[in-house]
Amino acid sequence: MALNYSKKTINHFLNPKNIGEMKNPDGYSQIGNMLCGDQLNFFLKVRNGKIKDVKFLSFGCASNIATASLLTEKVKGMTIAEAKKYKWETVVAELGGLPSQKIHCSVMAVEGFRKAIADYEKKQKHSR
Amino acid sequence: MKVYLDNGATTRLDPRVLAKMRPYLTEKYGNASAINYLGQAAYLDLMEAKKRVAKLLGGEPAGVIFTSGATEANNLIIKGVALANQAKRKKIIISNIEHPCVRESANELARAGFQVEFVPANSEGLVTPEALRKIIDKETILVSVMAVNNEIGTINDIAALAKIAHQYGAYFHTDAAQAIPYLKIDIKKMGIDLLSLSGHKFYGPKGVGVAYIKKGIKVKPLMVGGGQENNLRSGTYNLPGIMGLTFALELAYKERAAYLKRVKALRDYFWQRINQEISGLKINGSMTKRIPANLNVQFTSIEGEAILMDLSHKGICVSTGSACSAANLQASHVLTAIGLSKNLLNSNIRFSFGRFNTKAEINYTIKALKETVKRLRSFSPIK
Ligand SMILES: Cc1ncc(COP(=O)(O)O)c(C=O)c1O
Ligand code: FES
Repeated sequence: MALNYSKKTINHFLNPKNIGEMKNPDGYSQIGNMLCGDQLNFFLKVRNGKIKDVKFLSFGCASNIATASLLTEKVKGMTIAEAKKYKWETVVAELGGLPSQKIHCSVMAVEGFRKAIADYEKKQKHSR
Repeated sequence: MKVYLDNGATTRLDPRVLAKMRPYLTEKYGNASAINYLGQAAYLDLMEAKKRVAKLLGGEPAGVIFTSGATEANNLIIKGVALANQAKRKKIIISNIEHPCVRESANELARAGFQVEFVPANSEGLVTPEALRKIIDKETILVSVMAVNNEIGTINDIAALAKIAHQYGAYFHTDAAQAIPYLKIDIKKMGIDLLSLSGHKFYGPKGVGVAYIKKGIKVKPLMVGGGQENNLRSGTYNLPGIMGLTFALELAYKERAAYLKRVKALRDYFWQRINQEISGLKINGSMTKRIPANLNVQFTSIEGEAILMDLSHKGICVSTGSACSAANLQASHVLTAIGLSKNLLNSNIRFSFGRFNTKAEINYTIKALKETVKRLRSFSPIK
C-alpha cells in the first residue's frame, strides 16, 4: 500500500500547531469517524466575530493530526463567515496532497471545526 | 539509529544465504528442465534441494513443490484440493485468523458454490480442537489452520487439529509461513497433509516458497504450461530462490536453539521494561503459546498508525493492525476475532524481533517508544 505523506504533512504530524486543551471555550465539538475509529475535539475562542484562538485534541492517525494542525493554523484570525467556508480541498492542497485513503481525515477535520463554530453560534443565540 | 522490528513482515536476507544463491544467477544458470549439461546440473541441485527440505520438515522429497511464496502455496492448496475433489465433498473449514491469502482463496471457493465454514479462535488467539470438532463433519474435504499467526504470534496445536480432521476423513493443511524455526515441524508425526512456507520469513529470499503436498492427494494446478513440479506448478524452476530457501531453512534449524534463546531474551527484556515504564499496556493473545519473536501490544488512548509513523521517523520499523493503516480502513481481523473492543482495535503495535537485532537497538527503541507514547498521549481526548 502506498502511504506517501508529504514532507509538510509529516512536519505537521511531528510538530502539530494549536494542540492541547482550552479552558472555557466559546465553542466546542467532538467528532469521530465510525469507519477508522479516529476522533478530534475542537475548542474555539471568538472575539469581535473573529477566531481569536483555536485548539484541538486528537485520537487519530498521522494525517488526522496533521490536517487538524494545518486547519487550525489557517483559520486563526479569520472571521466566522470566512472560517466556515474553509474547505477540506484547501487543507489537502496546502499539505501538498494526501494519500487517497487519507482524504477523509481532512474532511473530518473540517467538519469537526465547523461543528465547533455551530456550537459557538448556538450558544450566542441562547445568551441573547 | 535504524532498528528493524518488523521481522514478521519480512526478514533481511542472511549474507550466508546470498552467497549460496549467487552462483545460480551467474555460472549455474541452466534451466532445470533442459537436458544439456547445464540444465542437468541444475536439475540435480533441484532434486537435492527437495531432499534437504523434506528432511527438515519430516516429509518426502516428492511432496516438496516450489512456488513463488506462501501466497501461491496457499492458493494452490486450498483451491486446488477443493476443485480436484469436489465430486467427493464440498465443505472447507478455515480458521477466522488466517492470512488473507488463505481467507480469500476460501472466499473464492464460496462464491463458486463450495461451503466454507470458519472455525473461531478463542480470546487467547488459539484455535482449539473443541472448536474444530463443533463444525467438522463427513462433508469436509479440507481443514486449514495456520501453525503460527502472523499478527499475534500464537501457536496452534497442529497435531491435535490434524487428528480431528483425519477422524472425519478430511485433509489437513497448515500455513506454516510464520512457524520457521519456532516449531519443530514434523509432517509425518504431526499428521500434516499439506503445508505452506515462504522463504523470506526466515532470512531467505523473497519470491520463493514451498507447497508441501502429500503423495496421493489430488490437486488442481493454478499454473499450467511446461508441466514442471509433476504438473502441479508449471514455470521455469527458480533455482537461485530454491537454493536460497533450502539453505536458509537449514541454517534456521541448525542455529535454532541459540536463536530462540536470543530473540526471547530480547523480547522479554523489551516487554518487561516498557510494561514497567509505560502505563496502560496490554499484550494481545496468549503469552505462553506464542513464538518468542512476537509481541503485539495495546497502547490505550492512542492510535496505532500515529505510533508507527512517529517511530518510523525515529528509524524504527514496526507494524500495526489499525484501521487507519489499511487501504480499506478495516481494523485487523485477527484482533477483532480475539474479541478486542472497538475502542481498542486501533491502538495496537506488532513488534517482531529477529536474527539481526541487538540489545543496543532494543534500548534505543524503548527510549524512543516512551517519548512517542508520551507525546501522543499528551493530546489524546481519551483519558
Ligand atoms: C501467515 C502467512 N501466510 C502467508 C503469507 C504470505 O507470504 P508471501 O507474501 O511470501 O506469499 C504471510 C506473509 O505475509 C504470512 O505471514
Ligand atoms: S484514518 Fe481516519 S482520520 Fe485518519
